[in-house]
Amino acid sequence: MVNPQMVMYEEEFNQIQGVVDRLVKDANAKVVFIVDKNGQLIAASGDVDNLDTTSLASLTAGNIAATGGMAKLLKENEFATQFHEGEKANIHIQLVGNRVILVVIFDSKSSLGLVRLRVRRASEELNHIFEALLKKVADPGADSPFAEITDEDIDNLFND
Amino acid sequence: MSFINYMAREINCKIVYYGPGLCGKTTNLQYIYERTNPDAKGKMISLATETDRTLFFDFLPLALGEIRGFKTRFHLYTVPGQVFYDASRKLILKGVDGVVFVADSQVDRMEANEESVENLKTNLEEQGYKLEKIPYVIQYNKRDLPEVASVEELREKLNPMNVPDFEGVARTGVGVFDTLKAVAKLVLTELRKGGP
Repeated sequence: MVNPQMVMYEEEFNQIQGVVDRLVKDANAKVVFIVDKNGQLIAASGDVDNLDTTSLASLTAGNIAATGGMAKLLKENEFATQFHEGEKANIHIQLVGNRVILVVIFDSKSSLGLVRLRVRRASEELNHIFEALLKKVADPGADSPFAEITDEDIDNLFND
Repeated sequence: MSFINYMAREINCKIVYYGPGLCGKTTNLQYIYERTNPDAKGKMISLATETDRTLFFDFLPLALGEIRGFKTRFHLYTVPGQVFYDASRKLILKGVDGVVFVADSQVDRMEANEESVENLKTNLEEQGYKLEKIPYVIQYNKRDLPEVASVEELREKLNPMNVPDFEGVARTGVGVFDTLKAVAKLVLTELRKGGP
């Protein structure tokens, strides 16, 4: 496979969760979440109970992919920031380290300026965490929990 | 590129349904959505035109159950089949773990099927994948229609690698789950080989 496997461990997850939890408070946001570029939700914080984060994650990744496609056509490397303004809710989308996507949903209790400011700091922190995570994943000593699954394990999934 | 989350004890995989326009990719997903237990599925999202042609993608998250204490989640995507949406098709193949090619069995769609397979190969290669190397299954759809090519002929033209293939009528569900199970098994088997 061309891409390294995306893996999340407890230690890094807790660090990432710490960053998004803090960003919700610092930016006065409603919801903050992190998605990988393939649309898999990595972490979320804030008022997520009534939100379909799985769908939002997939659509965010689609959005970033489409914008990245446009950038390529314009010979730009990437459009790293997007902002969508609604009547009540706004979405700020930031590509972090060209690897993961940081999404902040906020309303009139916050402002674009504050969100941008806080996102900048959070992006730097996240970038460090994901760099360390990638190094750890690339370490050949790390075993996949799936190395020892049997045909039977797989078949059992499909026994209705 | 599957995503193993040790914290949530989850494994996430991405499966893409590919094929020519109107071959039944979205219909496959709709059938799976209708027939899956509500607690095992998320919302199905369709980014479609006003005439219900797929514009960007359809998306359906599914939970299949647990393997060795890890929840297995599959994200199913379709691509837009129409030729001029090629830029979008490329984007959706990013990070793919397995591909289902849905062929339209009708005689007059044979050329469209062949073009679409070629397009799949080209677009995978642009992402650094090889069709021969990734989990791949084929569904010969619309077997209930009158003017269809024989399965032998479809096999000869579309399945030279002899990957698992299935006859389907996606509208009524024939072959839909067999196809999904086959690709899911291949993806999980690949995971066993691969590792980080």
